[in-house]
Amino acid sequence: MAPTNLSSHLRLVSAGEPLTARGIGQGPSFAAYELDNAYDEMFQAAGRSRPQYDALLQELGSVSLDELRRRQTDADRAFLARGITFTVYGDEQGTERIFPFDLLPRIVTAREWETLERGLTQRITAINLFLKDVYHEGRILAEGIVPRELVYSCRHYRREMRGVRVHRDAYVSVAGTDLVRLENGRFVVLEDNLRVPSGVSYMLANREMTKRIFPGLFNRYNVRPIAHYGHALLATLRALAPSSCQDPAIVVLTPGVGNSAYFEHAFLAREMGVPLVEGRDLLVHDSYVYMRTTSGLRRVDVIYRRVDDDFLDPLAFRSDSHLGVAGLLNAYRAGHVSLGNAIGTGVADDKALYAYVPAIIRFYLSEEPVLENVDTYLLGNAADRQYALDNLERLVVKAVGESGGYGMLIGPHSTAAEREEFRARILAEPRNFIAQPTLALSRAACFVDQGIEPRHVDLRPYVLFGERVTVVPGGLTRVALRKGSLVVNSSQGGGSKDTWVLLE
Amino acid sequence: MLLSRVADALYWMTRYLERAEHTARLVDVAVDLRLGRSSDAATQVYGLVLPAGVLPTSVSLTEVAFFDDANPNSVTACIVAARENARQVRDEISSEMWEQLNALFLRLRHMRDDPARASRTNDAARAVIEGAHLFAGVTDATMGHGEGWHYLQAGRFLERAVATARLLDAFFSDESGPVPMPPLDRADWVALLRSCAALEGYCRQYTADVRPERVTEFLLLNAECPRSIRFAATRVEGALTALARYSGRAIGARAERLAGRLRAVLDYAQVDEVLGEGPHAYLSELARQCAQIHGALYQSYVSYAVESALPA
Repeated sequence: MAPTNLSSHLRLVSAGEPLTARGIGQGPSFAAYELDNAYDEMFQAAGRSRPQYDALLQELGSVSLDELRRRQTDADRAFLARGITFTVYGDEQGTERIFPFDLLPRIVTAREWETLERGLTQRITAINLFLKDVYHEGRILAEGIVPRELVYSCRHYRREMRGVRVHRDAYVSVAGTDLVRLENGRFVVLEDNLRVPSGVSYMLANREMTKRIFPGLFNRYNVRPIAHYGHALLATLRALAPSSCQDPAIVVLTPGVGNSAYFEHAFLAREMGVPLVEGRDLLVHDSYVYMRTTSGLRRVDVIYRRVDDDFLDPLAFRSDSHLGVAGLLNAYRAGHVSLGNAIGTGVADDKALYAYVPAIIRFYLSEEPVLENVDTYLLGNAADRQYALDNLERLVVKAVGESGGYGMLIGPHSTAAEREEFRARILAEPRNFIAQPTLALSRAACFVDQGIEPRHVDLRPYVLFGERVTVVPGGLTRVALRKGSLVVNSSQGGGSKDTWVLLE
Repeated sequence: MLLSRVADALYWMTRYLERAEHTARLVDVAVDLRLGRSSDAATQVYGLVLPAGVLPTSVSLTEVAFFDDANPNSVTACIVAARENARQVRDEISSEMWEQLNALFLRLRHMRDDPARASRTNDAARAVIEGAHLFAGVTDATMGHGEGWHYLQAGRFLERAVATARLLDAFFSDESGPVPMPPLDRADWVALLRSCAALEGYCRQYTADVRPERVTEFLLLNAECPRSIRFAATRVEGALTALARYSGRAIGARAERLAGRLRAVLDYAQVDEVLGEGPHAYLSELARQCAQIHGALYQSYVSYAVESALPA
């Protein structure tokens, strides 16, 4: 696929042609709203909005620019006051920052959502079957659908999980799948986050905020609720409990206040009404897990852990970890405690393995994938590698085991020096990298200083796998707030906006 | 049932907040405290909130006692510590409590960055006092008065008992020590009452005739003045009795008994005997008992040995 062509700009509103006929006139300016070949969430063509955005556009026509600015300031203040913040690593100053919030909701129609829900359900079902298979008999490897060496060379493959029975085979009980929308309007999967996906608290906080900012508008739209996420998560975790357990004691395990997602861990614990624990609150005795309470030690049955595998148990994994619980792996293997997500799920969200997910879906479910993947070059393969090295300035290169937008090269926006650095890194460890075409992520209308302009967005819905699969209708729409930027990660200057999934 | 770490954080959250409020109150009355114009007396009183060797001046009170994050006892450092503890237990406290404490923190950051802060120290002190009051009110109104709430009470009132005891003690010199009895005058005792928000209550009880032995009686033994040591001890006992009920007598008995003893001692004390036997020794003994209660609370609920708590 060709790199994003930014030259074919199309003026949405040319000078002297305001959209007054649509009731847009007094409101914020759309003067700088230019369409390009990326899919635009709000407009199908210059001056022609998509029907689901009509009411929003009308609302914008009746609100002055100053009023919108005031609401933006109020929203930012409310996030800061409520401490809805994240931590940026490697930044002494900004230990706590708010996640920039854009006022305008992104709207997903009922039909679009129906496809997404079906595709996400199919995907997590197949991935869980795959994880069970690779940690047990390994049929898919024996049949050569997925190369053995790809699995065994994955940094997140955990030999310790071989033969361990996971209750309900729910390896991944919480997934956050990143979707992007291509020029043709189709949603495709950019990556799966199957270890400790974060961001769901922002999805919920953003909704509370847009309800306050556009109360009338929210009621005019028939938006599907998402507030039950905490309850659905609790039900999912209950379903993970060892079967002998009548009334399981569930906890959320956090690395602590220094973690970038600490706010979210506390938020989810409160939403579910379960204790938020740190590693130092837990101990293992006789292969059972206990927490230290004011009434003595109490048994723990299910741990929703927001600590990476590496740090979970200093006896089994990294011995320098102070975040984990010594002996946890043993208790887990003995079946005395359940973990959400299971240990070793990272093998399925390795960015090289990602290329095989469509094949995995066909293998286990005998179905065609509902949601497609992005074309992916595995740089461990000689031919792919040669192609990628010849075309670095047009491709996006990603390190396979990284997340959060770290370890990434965006070809069209890179300097020659950065490309050379990546070339050297790829040649040193080809298995560690993949390349993908630079995608023209779809763009959604955002409120910027002077008016409304389009910015690139993605979408991360949250998928729960317990007794059944639950996809809460919504997700985190992340926004690349810098004009033209394609990177939406919060750690890289991205923001977010509310996502409205319509009932009809 | 609470996590031990959560109980610890709740307890310290209010302890630090109380400490910040106490220091803010002392800074607030600095202009009224003439301390008989004796720098020794001032050094003794403000030595409670300044590091050793720092002389009390309007500059040191603003810069060191109030705004210096590097001084662990400064007002801002205590607010930061209270907030850090609150961050640890955000799922246990109400959102309103967090927002109130966070607002106080942000307001103080703002005040600290004001170049003219030295001339606005009293405003800053009032902001802290007001913020602490609001926090206490929001806590009572929005958080369930359950186990966690009692840890908040224990921290607040234990700190208050200790702080009032130390402050009162600074107004008496140790006869055996090198410092002579400070030549205090009425204005100093009035300032002491004011720093404990107790002047109006005192006047209602004893008229405006301010005398050292009556001030001592009021701040030590009055049952109704919310900043008196006896009042604080009564609240500490109430909190520890409740905690023992939550965790079972076998666990909490010792802490409860020590708190009950402190309260009973104060219930039956006589101010003339306290002054006769030497207030310094008496107040030191109270501070020691408070430390003992703190130790018992820790041993019972927070840092108990795991071996003793494992199932048989």
